[in-house]
Amino acid sequence: MKLELRGITKRFPGVVANDRIDLVIEPGKVHGLLGENGAGKSTLMNILYGLYGADEGQILIDDQPVELRDPGDAIAAGIGMVHQHFMLVPVFTVAENILLGAEPLDRFRRFDRNEARRLVTELIERYDLPLDPDALVEDLPVGLQQRVEILKALYRDAKLLILDEPTAVLTPQQADGLFASIRGFTEQGRSVVFISHKLREHRAIADSVSILRRGKNVGTLDPRTTDEQEMANLMVGRPVSLVIDRPQPTVGEVVLDVRGLTVTDPTGVRVVDGLDLQVRRGEILAIAGVEGNGQTPLVRALTGLQGITSGSVSVEGRDVTELTRKEILRGGVGHIPEDRGAEGLVADFTVAENLVLNLWDAVPFAKGRSIQFAEVQAHAERVVEAYDVRTPGTTTPAGSLSGGNQQKLVVAREIDREIDLLVASQPTRGVDVGSIEYIHEQLVVKRDAGTAVLIVSSELDEVLALGDRVAVMFRGKLVGPFPSPVSKEAVGLMMAGVDPAEALQRGDT
Amino acid sequence: MSEHEPEAPRDDGVERPPPGPLKSSVEQERAAAEIAAAAEREAETKTLDLGAGLSDRLIVAITGTSLRVTVLALVLAFAIGGVFLALSEEAVREALGYFTSRPSDTFVLAWEQIRASYAALVGGALGSPRALTETLVLAGPLILTGLAVAVPLRAGLLNIGGEGQVIAGGLVGGWVGFSVTGLPLVLHLPLALLCGMLAGAAVGWVPGVLKARTGAHEVISTIMLNNIFVAITFWVLTTTAFQVPGRADPISQSILPSARLPRYIEGLRGDIGILLALLIAAGIFWLMERSTRGFELNAVGSNASAARAAGMDPSNSTIFALTTAGALAGVAGCLIILGIDGRISPGFSSGIGFDGITVALLGRGGIGGSVAAGLLLGGLKAGGRSMQGATQTSLDLVVVIQALIIIFIAAPKLVQAIFRVKVTDDRTTQISKGWGA
Repeated sequence: MKLELRGITKRFPGVVANDRIDLVIEPGKVHGLLGENGAGKSTLMNILYGLYGADEGQILIDDQPVELRDPGDAIAAGIGMVHQHFMLVPVFTVAENILLGAEPLDRFRRFDRNEARRLVTELIERYDLPLDPDALVEDLPVGLQQRVEILKALYRDAKLLILDEPTAVLTPQQADGLFASIRGFTEQGRSVVFISHKLREHRAIADSVSILRRGKNVGTLDPRTTDEQEMANLMVGRPVSLVIDRPQPTVGEVVLDVRGLTVTDPTGVRVVDGLDLQVRRGEILAIAGVEGNGQTPLVRALTGLQGITSGSVSVEGRDVTELTRKEILRGGVGHIPEDRGAEGLVADFTVAENLVLNLWDAVPFAKGRSIQFAEVQAHAERVVEAYDVRTPGTTTPAGSLSGGNQQKLVVAREIDREIDLLVASQPTRGVDVGSIEYIHEQLVVKRDAGTAVLIVSSELDEVLALGDRVAVMFRGKLVGPFPSPVSKEAVGLMMAGVDPAEALQRGDT
Repeated sequence: MSEHEPEAPRDDGVERPPPGPLKSSVEQERAAAEIAAAAEREAETKTLDLGAGLSDRLIVAITGTSLRVTVLALVLAFAIGGVFLALSEEAVREALGYFTSRPSDTFVLAWEQIRASYAALVGGALGSPRALTETLVLAGPLILTGLAVAVPLRAGLLNIGGEGQVIAGGLVGGWVGFSVTGLPLVLHLPLALLCGMLAGAAVGWVPGVLKARTGAHEVISTIMLNNIFVAITFWVLTTTAFQVPGRADPISQSILPSARLPRYIEGLRGDIGILLALLIAAGIFWLMERSTRGFELNAVGSNASAARAAGMDPSNSTIFALTTAGALAGVAGCLIILGIDGRISPGFSSGIGFDGITVALLGRGGIGGSVAAGLLLGGLKAGGRSMQGATQTSLDLVVVIQALIIIFIAAPKLVQAIFRVKVTDDRTTQISKGWGA
């Protein structure tokens, strides 16, 4: 199927999200879409999937103009979409999820389980995407849930598949598997729109890449003949540094000392399993790992958001396992939570209020029981300036800032006070390249000021770029740490559970 | 761990990358665009997540309503109330019978009825010293029960239990008011008020603890507590501790003069209850808008996980907010018993705890807004009585208008559609469309 977008324009109050975008997606090709957050990628795809109407412009399928008023129209036209956040019913089986909305019925108009299983098994075999049709979706790892989403689109015979940030939840090896599947689709003549902000992936899979910047298509190019620096510059609109300038660390005494830490989830599973780690003053320990291998409970246990089952955690020689979250934070620990929307910010609160969220009742922001608004205000003005948080004002609700600036706000709040230990969880998730660069610089600055820094990230590039030592978390245990540099391949293999000795060896060759 | 002054986010002497001057003109343009986009989003109204529950929706309905919608809802409610007023008049209905031959009769009569009724309503609320004192004396408890809804609302809780808390406050405050003897006014009245407040607070504390410790939804537990306290009123009023000796009817002894709220004009019901309510409202304003505790409550109400991650204690906030609400409603109960009524009778609360929801809704969850809305509703109640006297319109019409106000405020889209004001982009519902819709 050939798809053409002509002059697509979409305006939201005050913003032009898509500005006369032209795009041609050839049959049997993978077309990459690259752009920072807010560049208009999602809006464009939502228009294509019938979720928004375009204000101007035309969509043509096989040179015929079409109107896509809702996702039903899009599906009928052969467009399938795999959203970044999966749209699955967790308590339904794989087969039920795939067939939802188009269920086979038996004579009594009841859901026909046997027929459903047969249809799904056939589908799985045809596309060689192994899955158990009877497994409950909530029990599947995210990589397989994504497979369910893809099968859902294929069952509806999608000739054009839109994949929105599909690799965000995968290991490099799983991503390779996904790329193999994508090549399978294109061989059958299907087209794929591949959305990602990772340059490397576009080079690996896309036949052509369109770069969006502030709602405009600033260029369509061949990723195999264009180097990454050039793509990055086009995407951001100015030269960016892809490599972090990171001087050698001056390492001091141990700040964070974790011994035999075990955390169990409510069902009794040991999600963190007898883990040891030390982080010293002036160094960054970066932990890689596919999400769901215990990183989240580890960080929550270290920072007092979750109780531990056994083991010890001490910061500067003081046992913190019995302390409250507040005592830990006030005692010199900074924490950048993995999900700024859920835990980092109060979206309704102003920028100024969010900047004192963790010090709301401390001098000088409070005197007795009264908030000192003048102090809060002055503090906000200084921090916004110092950390380049782009906001109309300090009284703007934090929720209206862009993702990158919200994250800068959280980072600024956590590092703009004297701390011994900084725990940063996914510090640049969903953040544009410009802000990533800035946040990385700030983390290194904090390290050089003598803070012990622990970074947990599922972005392999980030781990390798920032870590003075690198470790991998796999099934609740820590593999490593290894002194930097470690090859990306080796870390990728360890993330997939390969024995470290073998991984290091294979990664080198 | 080294003992830092935790409070001081100070300059630690670290060199930061130059903040101010931006890197290039492209960068400047970009920064300007980001700022403009943020400013736009700021202007958008509050939206809901898909998973939001019923009480979340109500909370947003209350706190997310714009002032314009509130005013338009009032206008609409009075307009539709006017239609009911006209139809309630016999002469108008007769004129309707020959509407086709002489339509002007219907309109003239209807207009006259509406004008006279609303004139009586306004006159009864504001037209004379008596009217004014009536409005104020009725507004006092309404302001307090409104705050008893607004305060928990800010902490993300919906307090439906105002009624039970009012009753508890009234019963205990009243009992202290007639059974404790020999104290002067300056001791007796504050003592009665304090006991009533504590009783209300205790009734608010229960659902707070249940929610914080066991997760029991406060809407359910507060409704059930209302039922319990309505039943308790009937029972205690038949006990010798409350009844007038030698009488069998369920009415308590009279409150001693030393525990009555002093009246400021001889012969009128206006008492210092309204001053007390305004003073308390000022205190609550400080609490919610200026204090560290209020900061915490607001943070927990907006995003409990983020509040917890910042070191706050959401459980504690829940208990505090509902206990405070109970205390406010308890005082409201005292204002009725120690002020207006002078003795306890069954049903003395007369739904004032529920009226608090209207007040908070009308006041959009704000403290000042609740005071204004309490005064408005007090005026409606006072005016409604004189309207009934002047034009034989049923007092229930005031209840109808109140209900209409709530409906229109809870359905902002309806109001927007009727007045053709701009409807905001409905993006959240769009996303809910999934496969093969």
